[in-house]
Amino acid sequence: MSVLRRLLSRSWGVHPDDRKRPASEAPARAIAAPAVLHIPLAQHVGAAARPAVAVGQRVLKGQCIAAAHGAISAPVHASASGRVIAIGEVLAPHPSGLPVQAITIESDGEERWIEAELPADPLRLDPAEVAKRVAEAGVVGLGGATFPASVKLGLGLRARVRTLIINGSECEPYLSCDDRLMRERAAEVLRGVRLMLHATGAREALVGIEANKPEAVAAMRAAAQRVSDVRVCVVPPRYPMGSDRQLILELTGIEVPADSRAADTGVLVHNVGTAFAVHEAVALGRPLVSRYVTVNGEAVREPGNYIVPIGTLVDDLLAACGGLREAPARLLMGGPMMGLALPSGRAPVVKGTGGILALSAAEVGAREPGPCIRCGSCVRACPVGLLPLEMARHVQAGSLDGAVDLGLKDCIACGCCAWVCPSRIPLVQAFAHAKGELAERERARLRRDAARKLAQARAERIAREDKERAEAAARRKAERDAARAAQSNPEPA
Amino acid sequence: MTDTAAGSPDPVSSPHAHGGASVARAMFRVQLALAPATLFGLWMFGWPAIFLFLFTVAASLLAEFVSQRLRGARASLADGSALLTGWLLALSLPPWSPWWIGVLGGAVAIVLGKQVYGGLGQNLFNPAMVARVALLISFPALMTQWVHPLPLHAPAAPGFVEGLHITLAAPPLPDAVASASPLGHIRTELSRGVDPLRAAAAPGAPALPWSGMRAGSLGETATLLLLAGGLYLLATGVITWHIPLAVLAGIALPAALAHGMDPARHLPAQAHLLGGATVLGAFFSATDYVTSPGTAPGKLLYGIGVGLLTWVIRTWGGYPEGMAFAVLLMNAVTPVIDRYTRPRILGRRRDGREIGLPARETPP
Amino acid sequence: MLLPVIALTALGIVLGALLSLAHRLFRVQADDSVAEVEALLPGTNCGQCGFAGCAGAAAALAEGRAPATCCPGGGSALATALAQRLGLALDPSAMADEGPKLAVIAEELCIGCCRCIKSCPTDAIVGAAKQIHGVLREACTGCGNCIERCPTEAVALRPVPVTLAHWVWPRPVPA
Repeated sequence: MSVLRRLLSRSWGVHPDDRKRPASEAPARAIAAPAVLHIPLAQHVGAAARPAVAVGQRVLKGQCIAAAHGAISAPVHASASGRVIAIGEVLAPHPSGLPVQAITIESDGEERWIEAELPADPLRLDPAEVAKRVAEAGVVGLGGATFPASVKLGLGLRARVRTLIINGSECEPYLSCDDRLMRERAAEVLRGVRLMLHATGAREALVGIEANKPEAVAAMRAAAQRVSDVRVCVVPPRYPMGSDRQLILELTGIEVPADSRAADTGVLVHNVGTAFAVHEAVALGRPLVSRYVTVNGEAVREPGNYIVPIGTLVDDLLAACGGLREAPARLLMGGPMMGLALPSGRAPVVKGTGGILALSAAEVGAREPGPCIRCGSCVRACPVGLLPLEMARHVQAGSLDGAVDLGLKDCIACGCCAWVCPSRIPLVQAFAHAKGELAERERARLRRDAARKLAQARAERIAREDKERAEAAARRKAERDAARAAQSNPEPA
Repeated sequence: MTDTAAGSPDPVSSPHAHGGASVARAMFRVQLALAPATLFGLWMFGWPAIFLFLFTVAASLLAEFVSQRLRGARASLADGSALLTGWLLALSLPPWSPWWIGVLGGAVAIVLGKQVYGGLGQNLFNPAMVARVALLISFPALMTQWVHPLPLHAPAAPGFVEGLHITLAAPPLPDAVASASPLGHIRTELSRGVDPLRAAAAPGAPALPWSGMRAGSLGETATLLLLAGGLYLLATGVITWHIPLAVLAGIALPAALAHGMDPARHLPAQAHLLGGATVLGAFFSATDYVTSPGTAPGKLLYGIGVGLLTWVIRTWGGYPEGMAFAVLLMNAVTPVIDRYTRPRILGRRRDGREIGLPARETPP
Repeated sequence: MLLPVIALTALGIVLGALLSLAHRLFRVQADDSVAEVEALLPGTNCGQCGFAGCAGAAAALAEGRAPATCCPGGGSALATALAQRLGLALDPSAMADEGPKLAVIAEELCIGCCRCIKSCPTDAIVGAAKQIHGVLREACTGCGNCIERCPTEAVALRPVPVTLAHWVWPRPVPA
């Protein structure tokens, strides 16, 4: 059945040169906290955290410095012990070059952890308690989506998910942080997976790892040997295998409806890094203050994997990796397919940072775009089944509605289309632009509705006031008339 | 502090890597694939063919350059598309045509076939086929003036100077050289009431050998070399198998069926496949990116349409050759095909609505 | 010679008459564009356009008495939408638009006269007599009514700062 399905299914995705070696072969090295850390308040999907410390205050490593705010949010913790020296703006790790609110900590170099009370047996905790501890530890989806992990666990529990998929596919070229994590900390990852199973009530967990990471597969299999509810599955290397819907389809054969959540089909996807962070948070009481980061690219002197405190500036991280060979043509946060180009290295490493790539001009291979020749490569590459060339034509013509009709909202911005495009058309940017314009249009509509309501309320208020004034005037007049009448004929009786 | 070397103020979007495909590379590969059959054609038809080829290609390049300048676009011939258009046109011309046929054809292909629409990627019709059909309709006599193969080394073959004279001055062809194309010959015989089998077997009738040593357009005869080139394009991923296979099937199936029912009136499938520009068209003309559909089912539909129309035109139409007309006709419906063969979006049905949730066992 | 001329002329006249008849018979009556245009407009009745509220402006727009760029509060986004809806040509040079704007009150200049409060169509300005006034960012539409009312020129329109949440990728330059 599955063979038949595979034969009938379309080919999708691309096979970029993975370039993970040699960075993936060296053990990960922990980087000491630099003198100053800039920890942004918004490192996750949802509302930014609110500062819970004052400038000048001393903090311990792992201390909560900004609390979650709202239903979908996550707290932020100090990644080193030291003193808060500023709460202000730093360069956001984002191509726009805009600032982001951050808490700046001067490290005292002592790395003193905050005390935490540890559960005797984490698996005996109530599932809601596990989710609560995950939330308090500021754990977010470490695959790059940075959705608060506890919210997703709670969602899984409510939706009664059956299968937990642990995403270790790491399909982005250059990146090997998940690979290294699985090789080095397989036991901890597995404990995290079991905690997640416990928290969601799912019956089994499937760990999906691409076939190009045999050592990680072996390590995870060895760790999962005596556990019946965790299965390690090898998936063919293909980009974007690590995308939720593609991985779910590959591992379970379930096609998630376009407008539904994966949880509605009984499946929940979490990244291996998230599993590790869940273990650290629940079993060891350690909030998310550092993560595995791949530093790679031809411009890097010592490519490899590093355990980096959150809030370390990219410049400081690169300096700790032996510096750069040359000025990179592009400095990226994340992988080359979906990563963000940084305007400079003065942006901090955040929870969602899987890699810092300093690419040479040859690696980027940028060239001027040309006209579309309708070759259809993008149509074949699109993992979602869209027509990127047609969508881009609509976007260029300013017809957002036309692009939406063609499925713009289903685009996952994986970059396959632009990667194969022989004319180098910046398709992803065209779609990102269109999505941004759509969001802006929606915001404008909401603003307009709100303004209209306010104007209506004002008109009603003015009408009411006028009426009240008129009534008051009428009343006063009546009183005056009555008084005058009383004066003119004092005692009628 | 790390600043990127580019240091551009405009944000650059992902992806930050590229597969390496380029328009120029695709065009180059097509040219490479055409090279063996082209060299064979040039060798077989001698110096006049070589001059015609050069005139056609040069005219196309010049027309491209001038029109790009006039349109105010960045003038660039580097993408190789104009070269390929001229090349394909030259291959579809009678090899001893006068120089101005090639020049006029090249200009029509580039200017009327492509640039008036807005340049590369914007044209609705295959430029080379537009030019071929325009020439065929305007100069029917010249465009059906075929010659016997006279390889470069043959004693009767025209030399360099004589070849130049044939191309530039277009003297009337000597009877010893002139020939009918195989399909044209059979058609003429058919109209005289001669059975195609007997017509093909008659002494002196043009044959349809696999080797390609026969009268015909400059580059259409070397079926095996064209096939090899087509397979190279398939192997390198420049084209997919859908269109060529569908075109060949679209010609061969009805031809075989009709021949089986009435061998006296219809040619066998083999004659259709080997004759005319079938293989050249299936692999090189019909697969033009710009003017063919983008999705696999669309390509199949389009290819079958091209094949079927070619067979229909050859069988009942006014011309013994139908590939160019068939390609143009199917080009015209490509936008419609594209519209109705959109791929299914993951998680959606074909009509764009969400697929249903999978059935789940009810929780206890 | 004469016959085809007469025949073709007659044919032309008949078909022309048919066309004009069809135009009269099947004409789409009373277009609802006024209501649709009004739905696009801010609806705050700020009066900056010079018409009697947004309803008046919508009527003027639908009748072609007002340009698509007549609403300062709506900015270029609204102008584009209006031009598209009404099929008007949009003069890009007439839209020196720096994006959405908000009113900002300079605290050191405000004397607490309350005049701006009364002029605000969305009650976006808060304050009391002899107290410094403030603008509620969420409610301000940037219509600019308050600016001319202020006796001390303390109110100004400032562009809404772009934040990460609002930033939009620029449209790529076509090749």
